[in-house]
Amino acid sequence: MTEITCKLLVIGAGPGGYVCAIRAGQLGLDTVIVESTKLGGSCLNVGCIPSKAMIHVAEEFEKAAHAAAGKTPFGLTASAPKLDLKQAVAWKDGIVQRLNNGVAALLRKSKVKIVHGRARFRDGKTVIVETETGPRTIKAETIVIATGSAPVELPFLPFGGNVISSTGALALTEVPRRLAVVGGGYIGLELGTAFAKLGAKVTVVEAQAGILPLYDTELTAPVARHLAALGVEVLLGAKARGMTPKGDALLIETAGGEEKRIEADKVLVTVGRAPVTAGLGLEELVLDMDGRFIRIGERCETSMRGIHAIGDVTGEPMLAHRAMAQGEMVAEIAAGLARAWDKRCIPAVCFTDPEIVSVGLSPEEARKAGIEIKTGKFPFAANGRAMTRHGEEGFVRIVAQAQTQLVLGVQAVGQGVSELSSAFGLAIEMGATLEDIAGTIHAHPTLGEAVQEAALMALGHAIHI
Amino acid sequence: MAERIIKLPDVGEGIAEAELVEWHVKIGDIIREDDLLAAVMTDKATVEIPSPVDGEVTWIGAEIGDTVAIGSALVKLKVAGAAGAEEPAAEPEAPKEAPTPASKPVAVPEAPAAKAEAPKPAPTVEPPKAMTVPKPTRGVVQATAQNTAPRRAPGEKPLASPAVRLKAREAGIDLRQLSGTGPAGRILHEDLDAFLLRGPEAERAPGLSQKSAVTDIKVVGLRRRIAEKMALSKSRIPHITIVEEINVTPLEDLRATLNKKPAPERPKLTLLPFLMRAMVKAISEQPNLNALYDDDAGIIHQHAGIHIGIATQTPTGLMVPVVKHAEARDIWGCGIELNRITERARDGSATRDELTGSTITITSLGALGGIATTPVINHPEVAIIGVNKMMIRPVWDGTTFVPRKMMNLSSSFDHRVVDGWDAAVFVQRLKELLENPATLFIDV
Repeated sequence: MTEITCKLLVIGAGPGGYVCAIRAGQLGLDTVIVESTKLGGSCLNVGCIPSKAMIHVAEEFEKAAHAAAGKTPFGLTASAPKLDLKQAVAWKDGIVQRLNNGVAALLRKSKVKIVHGRARFRDGKTVIVETETGPRTIKAETIVIATGSAPVELPFLPFGGNVISSTGALALTEVPRRLAVVGGGYIGLELGTAFAKLGAKVTVVEAQAGILPLYDTELTAPVARHLAALGVEVLLGAKARGMTPKGDALLIETAGGEEKRIEADKVLVTVGRAPVTAGLGLEELVLDMDGRFIRIGERCETSMRGIHAIGDVTGEPMLAHRAMAQGEMVAEIAAGLARAWDKRCIPAVCFTDPEIVSVGLSPEEARKAGIEIKTGKFPFAANGRAMTRHGEEGFVRIVAQAQTQLVLGVQAVGQGVSELSSAFGLAIEMGATLEDIAGTIHAHPTLGEAVQEAALMALGHAIHI
Repeated sequence: MAERIIKLPDVGEGIAEAELVEWHVKIGDIIREDDLLAAVMTDKATVEIPSPVDGEVTWIGAEIGDTVAIGSALVKLKVAGAAGAEEPAAEPEAPKEAPTPASKPVAVPEAPAAKAEAPKPAPTVEPPKAMTVPKPTRGVVQATAQNTAPRRAPGEKPLASPAVRLKAREAGIDLRQLSGTGPAGRILHEDLDAFLLRGPEAERAPGLSQKSAVTDIKVVGLRRRIAEKMALSKSRIPHITIVEEINVTPLEDLRATLNKKPAPERPKLTLLPFLMRAMVKAISEQPNLNALYDDDAGIIHQHAGIHIGIATQTPTGLMVPVVKHAEARDIWGCGIELNRITERARDGSATRDELTGSTITITSLGALGGIATTPVINHPEVAIIGVNKMMIRPVWDGTTFVPRKMMNLSSSFDHRVVDGWDAAVFVQRLKELLENPATLFIDV
């Protein structure tokens, strides 16, 4: 049994872990990263990246289908498209593989040692990794837990057979004729929308009173309208009960309390994600927990000296970019630099159709915090670029402190608005005021002009409306 | 008679309100034109508000610390003359106040701060009406920081770009200490740089201003002598201090009885004559404590005569007049001499002889005497007895708590020539004598 001693050990090579390891390597720390599956974590292998690939395929297919049906207002027609989903999945897998290799190359370039296997704590400074060639002991001054999260399984709808998780949905090689989605959060709706565009009859079962409960209804209304237009049936306040014995339908209890049968070839369960801590040997440590999550402080430190935790295993928001920022910070802390979490915002993006972006405070959140606000909301219907993209739905909304004009939040819903999120985040992180945004020339014709106009509107003098 | 309302004038700088920091008048005061009514503070300077007319103050419109809006009523005056000289009169009054150079309104910002703070152009406001410059104290104009940024509510995150935050963190600066000069109070690189140069500005409470005046006072005369003497004593003598509590209830009863019939030859007795008598008795048993230690020569001059120095606060400072030959004075004699020499020390008529020659000293601050003190030995003596304040304290008498007049003695000794044991024996003897005052007058 070989023993490795290092300065920094990262458990989990997801976006948090690998960024942490690369940054640590850059800083000259002797770093080891342990991964039990593929490099890149959920995000790269079964999450953000592959889902965006499949969403893109679905969009392209939908456009072609619209052209075939003569639905374009600009006179484009085409013959009915055909999709080889196997090839689409292979294309997606190719992207994933390129990124896997990219992560490996970046780790190597930073002189990070990669150990494949499952890690288990022996004590606060020692981890045993079960590798293909037997157990290896790794001793480290600093250990970073970055084990991420996994889809939650419902006891009455265990994964297997026709019941699939998001991972399973991304590996389907045939479009199911009828797809039931349990859970109307962003993962369920992103995938449900994609399959609806690919021709599946999709039914969404959501226990809450609205879809995308993290966003306000002003933002989700355009998504709800578009789901209806796509023929997606959304059952709100409904609870999944289980599968029929034959496994060909999902049984639910509707908001009215009635039993209902939803015929489905596949049932996609997306009811949230739970932290991955099982098998990690946390019982050997004395870590304070926060529910199922590991409790961390502003330096991502746990209750044990020398052990940090980053990413989904530390709780909401479970977002790759949060984990990345935490990973970078922890690497710098391990290198002895003075760092602490002082971010003002973590953007949240939802790749539904239309897309939703939310950064900072929503008007409701700001008011709840007792802040006097002013808002500006500029519709894409008045934006030239949105019109020429044939995507006029949605708006940009800006929330500012009334007295100081300090921008507290920016939200948008519309086609392609995910790309605006960086501008929103920058504005808030830099402490921009409405005048700062209004006084910045935004290129014409772009969707970004709507941001400037929203700021002008909050100031009371929007031009184009 | 008519009523005249004086409003808070525009004190310039484009401000809308100012904080009332001082009233120079109260209701009922008769004031003359140009008498100062009040002082208000803007975020830049303290501004005195004079009265534009003669009159009697009948009403004042704000408490110290209140924020007063420009143009709101500040004072009501009863003024002579026809009724109807109502408030608008304040306006026509203004031009009379020809802006003299002396009434230039803008306080000079503190020099080092000026560069660091927002690079605002010098305010070009016209000299505000009805206002004078704050009186400069020792050449330093009271000026508060030139920072107009809104102050953050407690607990609110400081607003700064990520680059500024990083720089601050690496410099070990907590950004919550800074107020930003950027839009919405954003902390700019410039603010951080200024902070790094200048150091933290203390938190300013409303109505208070930072003061940076330093007054140099030459240490001369008696003060210099006291300083030298204290330094000599503390640097040469290893002090040992013992604090012991004394039940002075019986002594106080006796003193009250004796003081009932004062006569010229029987002055009103304080506690000190009793203490002096107790010291005489105790010294007779431990004569080594009544001594002068010539440490340069290595000789202890043990005196037979007991000359008790009395540390006395005089208008010019601490003096130690001496009751000579306490061993030859009875309680009345001690009292008379004590009163005489301390009086002479206070009025400055004490002779050199009356101020020298002590062999042991008493220091007493009376009611200010504290619970315990660490008296500094009057070099080259070897002991000093400190008297702390007397107070009624509960004392356990074996069955119950009883109120007793208790007083501590804090006594210091030169540990080079007095062992702790001897010091303790001496203090215990004083306690015994004072707690049983009859023994002061009996030879045992």
